[in-house]
Amino acid sequence: MSPDHKDTLVKSSTRHTRAFKASRKRQLQNNLLLCVPALLVLALAAVGPLLIVLVYTFLEAGPYGGVVWQWSFEGWFEVFLKRDIFDGTVSIADAHLSIFWRSFKLSIQSTLLALVLGFPTAYFIATRPAATRNLWLFLITIPFWTNLLIRTFAIMQLIRDQGILNTLLIGFGVIDTPIEMLYTEFSIMLGMTYVYLPLMVLPLYASIEKLDFRLVEAAYDLYAGRLKVLFRIIVPLVKPGIVAGCILVFIPSLGAYVTPRVLGGGKNLMLGNLIELQFGQGRNWPLGAALSITLLCVVMISLLFYVRSTQRKEADRG
Amino acid sequence: MSVLRNARKLIVARAIAGNRHFAVRYLPGFSTIAVLCFVLLYAPIVALVIYSFNSGTNIALWEGFSLHWYTVAWENELVQEVTFRSLIVASMAAVTSTMLATMAALGTTRTGDYRGRMLIYATINQPLMVPEIVTGVALLIFFAIVKAFTGYHGLAYLIAAHTAFCIPFAYLPIRARLEGMDSSLETAAQDLYATPVKTFWRITLPLMWPGILAGFMLAFVISLDDVVITELVKSAGQDTLPTYMLGQLRRGITPEVNAISSALLGISILLVSLFFVLRNR
Amino acid sequence: MLSVSNVYQSCKLSDPVCSRQIAVEIQCATKVFESRTSSVTALDNVSLEIQQNEFFTLLGPSGCGKTTLLRLIAGFEHPSDGQIRLYGEDITFWPPYQRPVNTVFQNYALFPHMTVRQNISFGLEMLKRSKAEISKTVAEVLNLVRMEELAERRVSDISGGQQQRVALARALAPQPKVLLLDESLSALDYKLRQDMQIELKRLQHETGITFVFVTHDQEEALTMSDRMAVMNVGKILQVGTPGEIYNFPKQRFVAEFIGDSNFLEGYVVARSSSRAKVELSPTYCADLPADDAVQPGTRVSVAVRPEQATLTSATTAAALQGRVSNMVYFGTHTHYVIKLENGDLFTVHQQNLSGHEIEYEPGHAVGVTLNQSTMQILKD
Repeated sequence: MSPDHKDTLVKSSTRHTRAFKASRKRQLQNNLLLCVPALLVLALAAVGPLLIVLVYTFLEAGPYGGVVWQWSFEGWFEVFLKRDIFDGTVSIADAHLSIFWRSFKLSIQSTLLALVLGFPTAYFIATRPAATRNLWLFLITIPFWTNLLIRTFAIMQLIRDQGILNTLLIGFGVIDTPIEMLYTEFSIMLGMTYVYLPLMVLPLYASIEKLDFRLVEAAYDLYAGRLKVLFRIIVPLVKPGIVAGCILVFIPSLGAYVTPRVLGGGKNLMLGNLIELQFGQGRNWPLGAALSITLLCVVMISLLFYVRSTQRKEADRG
Repeated sequence: MSVLRNARKLIVARAIAGNRHFAVRYLPGFSTIAVLCFVLLYAPIVALVIYSFNSGTNIALWEGFSLHWYTVAWENELVQEVTFRSLIVASMAAVTSTMLATMAALGTTRTGDYRGRMLIYATINQPLMVPEIVTGVALLIFFAIVKAFTGYHGLAYLIAAHTAFCIPFAYLPIRARLEGMDSSLETAAQDLYATPVKTFWRITLPLMWPGILAGFMLAFVISLDDVVITELVKSAGQDTLPTYMLGQLRRGITPEVNAISSALLGISILLVSLFFVLRNR
Repeated sequence: MLSVSNVYQSCKLSDPVCSRQIAVEIQCATKVFESRTSSVTALDNVSLEIQQNEFFTLLGPSGCGKTTLLRLIAGFEHPSDGQIRLYGEDITFWPPYQRPVNTVFQNYALFPHMTVRQNISFGLEMLKRSKAEISKTVAEVLNLVRMEELAERRVSDISGGQQQRVALARALAPQPKVLLLDESLSALDYKLRQDMQIELKRLQHETGITFVFVTHDQEEALTMSDRMAVMNVGKILQVGTPGEIYNFPKQRFVAEFIGDSNFLEGYVVARSSSRAKVELSPTYCADLPADDAVQPGTRVSVAVRPEQATLTSATTAAALQGRVSNMVYFGTHTHYVIKLENGDLFTVHQQNLSGHEIEYEPGHAVGVTLNQSTMQILKD
């Protein structure tokens, strides 16, 4: 053994730590560096602007749109309240509240309808043989990736007064005069269910596909009937999928813009249209900003609820 | 009464006996609803496509097959212009967002846990969580400020906005691909004398490629389909195909819009099918 | 020896004098895996020498650190402390792509986007060998592993056994100084594994490359190795030829892990320079080789292999006495479990010689005679 060999052994301990720390640091730097461009774009064109929206809620509306740089709570005030132009009395903004109420009502209705239609569909796909399952899944995904506007058009075509549905119904003599479906709340609800249905089916499918059917067999073995098996065994086991699907349909429904605009015919506004209106004809940017933040908060609360429910599920397993 | 009940029992028993297998997975009515659901999903689309080949002006009345409205749409200069703009925005946004997403995926996948990684995830997925209308409003306000400062009113705003909301769509398939990749392959390459740079070009990138392609196609489709954000962000005269179609709606649905929709539908389906083929490979 | 450090003293290097050259030398290697919440010591001050042209096996249960040791040699991990030397050169911090060492991975890690030929030539291309040389070498190793016909196939289109051969060929093609095999046979079924064991020995013989083989299968280790090291919880317990390890286990873990063993508690009554007298029963004293640690008046364990004990009906003359409590017939031999007088159980594997009937029924009183030359005093 040469003397310098022993020397290296003496020093090795510090040499090792230094080498280790340096390589870890270099690796971390590389990782962060790779993320920087994407984060920069997102900060500029997604996250950052949201903060500006928050600032705008506290400014005064400009006379021709835009804002005047003057602190004001008028934007938030007008979300829920309105001031009479003549005598200045304050009352509840019932026009806004009715739009909130409609947004909630229609979103919940679409979510429930999508669940009622989507659950059997997801179950149907998940119980197909493995060879054809991907095809069925593909069929569900296709409408999801096709233009939302086009699908809304398609629904519009179907339920118009002279549309295919009414023509068929009259042709078969079921009705004499066309049922007025377009430009009603019903048409918005139907449209949202239609466009967001794949978002319900996909997470449900993911859950049902993982379901251990030996548990179902065990339930039948223990004298449960079909309905009992469905509600006591299958539904509780795929609950995470149900929650995920409902959240995924509820959130975009709440902020929907295109569907109510096309199928609501301008009279049945929803939250999304109300927001857009403030930046267009309404020329009240602070109110629009405050409404946006309100919508964002509701969405975040729903998401938080979702995260909490999935975490609890994991904690139960752990 | 009891006779009737016994008869029913007998029928049920016979039915069960006749069914040689007890179908564990069967639930009554589910298949019917599922089929109904598929019909519901496709009937409007199919009707739309069929009526786009209608020769008449009235979109409810079938007057014979023709490609008339496709030619009308094709020769409409305004349609050509907005289609061209849509394609430019979509390709720019898809290319940029795919590149950024690929880098970000490399920086966040298989790296072990490090501080700030969850924050990066949240930032990348932010466009998926915030309602489109809110993002649109935010960009409208932000770009109004930038426009006032710079005086620039070009297409870059639209491209930047599309790039941002396409990033998570490009990121997800790339990350999924990377996570499914066996890291021992790269170790093996290094064992066989490939330097880290060589390993990336010869092993990592070729293996990631289907994911990158899938991410690109999703980003392209998402950008091509966007209505809400574009509607809010675009300057005057910057209509894309979807916002043009939305504008046309004020005059009611014309057969021409029908034809454009069907063509766009065809492109989307083609891209999504390609995406599926790539993902399953 | 000018400045002997503490680090150096704590190392116990084996005798450097040997006829063959030392291929791999591991000096006091320690590897600690640290995460935010915990730190795990995978290797604890391990020293080892692997000689040139040797088939060397690292044997141990899962999590014993054998794979970590292999990854240190390959360069996929760097030690937290200690040194790795390859033919005398310190390679501790060399990246894997500079080490003339190749690995056959547990899951083969064949590049799925390349053909068999492209996989095998990859290493040579990275070494910037000429086209002619690459095609010549690839042809040679393809011939060596008998895979010429499948050279243009995609690696996903060939069977597990064939993938194993391609992985071997790929690692052999650059003619490494040391070939590392990480549980390389464990994914194969029994028959194929046996074929590959023979194949590996043949390849090692033909190429003259030093093989370092990691396995948890003691039978595989015994049949294939020139020398082997038994590891547990990050330490090397014993290094030696398969015969040494099997017949003379130095520690209780080694005796238990490899083959079956009976353990007898004994009392050291006397010792000479290299041997000790151990009282194993009131009637029997064994004279066994012992190192300095074994002192008169202490209690020790002694290992006896079940096949090194014989049953007799003459109970008085035997070393141990007991009753048959269980008996399993295996054809060539019979396993007996004997309940000794002190209540311990003792296993005997009795050869079934021709014409012999099963002689000892459960409940019979029997004596057990022991083959003293194969008994071993153990460290715990």
